[in-house]
Amino acid sequence: MSGMASPVIFWVLAVVTVGAGLAVALTRNIVHSALFLVLTFIGTAGFFMLLEADFLAAVQILIYAGGVSVLLVFGVMLTRHGNIKLSNPLNRYKITGGIVAALLLLLTGGLILYSEWEVSPEALREQESTVSAIAVSMLSEYVIPFEAAALLLLVALIGAVLLAKGVKHSK
Amino acid sequence: MESLFINIGNLCREKVVELTEVLNLPEAFAGYFMVLIYAIAILTFVLLNAIVLVYLERKIAAYLQQRLGPNRVGPRGILQSLADVVKLLGKEDIIPRAADKWIFRLAAVLVIVPTVMVYAVIPFGKDMIAVDLNIGIFYFIAISSTATIALLMAGWGSNNKYSLLGSMRVVAQMVSYEIPLVFSMLGVIMIAGSLQMSDIVAAQKDMWFIVFQPVAFLIFIIAATAELNRGPFDLPEGEQEIIAGPFTEYSGMRYALFFTAEYANLISTSAIAATLFLGGPSGPWLPSWMWFLIKVYAMILFFMWIRWTIPRIRIDHLMKLNWKFLVPLSLVNIFVTGVALKLFSGW
Amino acid sequence: MLEQFTSIGIFIFVGLGFAVSSLLVAWIVRPKRPNPLKMSTYECGLETRGRTWIQFKVSYFLYALVFLVFDVEVVFLIPWAVEFLKLPWIAFIEMFIFIGILVVGLWYVWKEGALEWK
Repeated sequence: MSGMASPVIFWVLAVVTVGAGLAVALTRNIVHSALFLVLTFIGTAGFFMLLEADFLAAVQILIYAGGVSVLLVFGVMLTRHGNIKLSNPLNRYKITGGIVAALLLLLTGGLILYSEWEVSPEALREQESTVSAIAVSMLSEYVIPFEAAALLLLVALIGAVLLAKGVKHSK
Repeated sequence: MESLFINIGNLCREKVVELTEVLNLPEAFAGYFMVLIYAIAILTFVLLNAIVLVYLERKIAAYLQQRLGPNRVGPRGILQSLADVVKLLGKEDIIPRAADKWIFRLAAVLVIVPTVMVYAVIPFGKDMIAVDLNIGIFYFIAISSTATIALLMAGWGSNNKYSLLGSMRVVAQMVSYEIPLVFSMLGVIMIAGSLQMSDIVAAQKDMWFIVFQPVAFLIFIIAATAELNRGPFDLPEGEQEIIAGPFTEYSGMRYALFFTAEYANLISTSAIAATLFLGGPSGPWLPSWMWFLIKVYAMILFFMWIRWTIPRIRIDHLMKLNWKFLVPLSLVNIFVTGVALKLFSGW
Repeated sequence: MLEQFTSIGIFIFVGLGFAVSSLLVAWIVRPKRPNPLKMSTYECGLETRGRTWIQFKVSYFLYALVFLVFDVEVVFLIPWAVEFLKLPWIAFIEMFIFIGILVVGLWYVWKEGALEWK
């Protein structure tokens, strides 16, 4: 079995990621929310690294911290005109929201802790390189999902342009 | 001569291991402390070079424009950069009343972090990579893509129309040109068969990749110039256009941090170009790290030459160049490289 | 691999350390004399007019979006490129179907004029 993940790093990452996640929801300034979200993305990349998935960690940083965040921040900056400091206020449903979130946490936490997790034999093999393993399986076993991902991206692209063009016409 | 730095490193390592044993620290400490020393050494190297480059750029710009450039401070103006650093340290730090203080301050700090992190995978010489990651070049790609967020923070934090507009343009430009930049590196990865920097250097021992991938090299140069916000692609920073773009409200040391980051990025991008296309730290007769320096400086001088020769491009031309020319061209390059490689290596 | 990532962490700290310490040195050295004129927002030497917001220009958002789609494509291209020489011809064709689908997307965006800077 590959090395044990250092508990200190895990707990630091956990506190940072979950804390940033809470900050996203609770900060009143929406731009601050977006930036805390970037922090959660980076924290998640840290978790991938702890699991020795180096390629995935870099992918997380590239796509999420480098791409999705830019998209989000552009969206926020281009549409926010009011008083930015109060643009993300807490609403009336904070107590109900809190209860629902706590129930969800109990449910998923319970499921995770009480399921029988199997360790797949492939994970136990010492990998030369995660990248090669991904390449091979992506193009042989998982070809259909791979091509389907391209179709999904195409649909997203066309959809976004259609929506944006709608905005342009109404000017 | 060749192993000069490796020997210095090994000497340090022995001392550190002794220290670890004397103080009864866990064994892993020695290794990590050595990495710390490497990081500080690399940082010092980069900063010294950045200072030299500021001066060099001004002198080159001057001679290309048939004037003298800085020549008062020290013989031939050599101490000019030092004077600039001292001045910037002493400038008052003015944060506009309306600015978002935390984002404003954090942006200046966060722009340096990815710049420094990237140096971990650069091969300074034979066996002189700080952290020879398996995902080498992909790490470089991922980390440099995070620089955009720091720039967005700078523009937003200033609470100034021009800063905001400037930073959005910078980010739109950087983000667009990342695509052909990465696509151009793919050809090299295909030939080398690995993302690891040491493998890429080793794969070029018979022939530099610039010979196999001339088109990719050209695309890389153009895309890199745009990523660095330099040369004909510096519209978001052009003084005549938008004051200083995202950096309008910054003064003193914070401003200095942004510009240090810019020069440090120039050095790291030139280093990547030298590694991917010019064979990295290798060559006959001279030590490997000397070859590395020569190649990096060749690339840097090339970037500077381009900047001071070609006039600035308009933003719509900039975007058109990227999406309608560079992206399709780099895809064609990948296709041709793929076909050629398969044919060359047999079915 | 974990040691390598801790080393990367050390690089992060060195970077942060440099930025913070240089700002600290500057803070010690520089004068602090704020006055209302210095603290006002810069607008070519004039008083600012209107609130700080900019006109919504769809182009920015669309460029970021097309970038994101191609970024994801890059993520799939990289493992393929690494294993390229070892993979059979069929993998080449599969990848070019993938790229082809996204080129269709690029063509669509191009023809709709979403890549123009207006």
